[in-house]
Amino acid sequence: MLAQRKPSLLNRLYLIEVVRGLAITMKNFLFHKKVTLQFPEQRRDYSGRYRGQHYIKSVNGVENCTACMLCPTVCPAECIHIVAGEREDKEKYPIKFEIDSLRCCFCGMCEEACPKDAIKLSNIYEMSQKNRTVYEKDFLLEQRGNK
Amino acid sequence: MSSIETTLMFVKIAIVLMGLLLTVPIMLFVERRGSALMQNRLGPNRMGPFGLFQAACDVVKFIFKEDRAPGHVNRFYYTIAPWIAVIPAFMTFAVIPFAGSLQMDGFEAKFLIANLDVGVLYCFSIASLGVYGIIMAGWASNNKYSLLGSLRSSAQMISYELTLGLSIVGLMMVFQSVNLGEIAAAQGETLIQLGPIAVPKWGVFIQPLGFVLFLVSMFAETNRLPFDLPEGESELIAGYHLEYGSMRFALFMMAEFVNMAVASGLITTLFFGGWQLLPGMGFLATQVEQLGILPAGGWVQVLFQGLSFVMKVAFFMWFFVWVRWTLPRFRFDQLMNLGWKVLFPLGLVNVLVTGLLIYKGVL
Repeated sequence: MLAQRKPSLLNRLYLIEVVRGLAITMKNFLFHKKVTLQFPEQRRDYSGRYRGQHYIKSVNGVENCTACMLCPTVCPAECIHIVAGEREDKEKYPIKFEIDSLRCCFCGMCEEACPKDAIKLSNIYEMSQKNRTVYEKDFLLEQRGNK
Repeated sequence: MSSIETTLMFVKIAIVLMGLLLTVPIMLFVERRGSALMQNRLGPNRMGPFGLFQAACDVVKFIFKEDRAPGHVNRFYYTIAPWIAVIPAFMTFAVIPFAGSLQMDGFEAKFLIANLDVGVLYCFSIASLGVYGIIMAGWASNNKYSLLGSLRSSAQMISYELTLGLSIVGLMMVFQSVNLGEIAAAQGETLIQLGPIAVPKWGVFIQPLGFVLFLVSMFAETNRLPFDLPEGESELIAGYHLEYGSMRFALFMMAEFVNMAVASGLITTLFFGGWQLLPGMGFLATQVEQLGILPAGGWVQVLFQGLSFVMKVAFFMWFFVWVRWTLPRFRFDQLMNLGWKVLFPLGLVNVLVTGLLIYKGVL
């Protein structure tokens, strides 16, 4: 059983405590630092390891990806679809590279599995879309972030 | 009634009505930003300077929202309930004086709409009509949460009306009047002279206990936060206005804010000297009078009296918001205990002590 402590008469009068409470709210109203972040102008700094929107790293306009299929293999959400092809110089490359952004769970396994440092997760977290979105290769080749 | 008197009457009605309607958007803004700042947030600050136009946006949203009623409501009472809540709120302000009186040619202009001899009683009787709107809304909504909310509201209002009435009996005994105009005018006298400071005969100085009782029961009557059991988000969702949307909901909100204005007006008139000038205002008024920009004949005095009244009312409106974001809600049994076992006996004691003091000739 809980110990029954009777508060002092002054406390039970309640009025003094009310005034003290009012003083606290007024102090907060006037002096306390406001915690609101004014979003579009101010942004929260996330860690460099934040896993946001995907991109494929490219060097001189040529993607690093060699369509080795490691990322679709490791992907737990099975959201990466690659169609491999051959370049003039017999190098393997992805003809199609699609990421279903609604299936993706942003676990970052693809980034870890990639031997060519091609697929990356950037710091961008504003990814709202108007329709069901599949990221195409052209979209992924835009260099976002600088990891 | 001369034509100038009739014109003045319409002007007074217009001023009071406009003032009351204007409090609604102002209080919307103050409530939202005030609460935000007290909780260390910023609140709406995008529309206009300091977010001042947010209230206008809110109003536009309320007006243009689809006005639909759920199928299970009693359509007739559902429709009239918001109006029954809002109209008495506006009516009460008719007897509250917002400035003193002015001797014009042929008659004495009093700056209150209706100079009723039963002023205070009129206030309370009309204010208790407001509870019908809430009960109707709860019953017509055909929803158990709404009904519970309105039942609580009626129990609460009836319990606290007793204390509300009792708390000012002492005041009526001292001023020998229930006419609000006379009570406000009587508070201009000096109670005691403390060196250079003349303490005025304001209700709060002669009836401090009465003031506390009146303030607490006014919070209960207006359903504001320490006593907002009719709404009680956590247990009743939204209480009596649960099934209401768009402009109908806005009417309930308007009733709440206007009730707050009326409560502040009553507190000011009964306990803080009504339109009596605030300290320093008298000096300012004579300075302005000497400048001679405004027409002579006491109009400057009236203007400053009105200003004093508005400032006092504004402080109490702010006080309502301030208390709302400070104190948590009472439990229902705590509310009833406070009302019946604490405030009601204290009200009786207050009447008794005041009577004894008057008998002894102290007051």
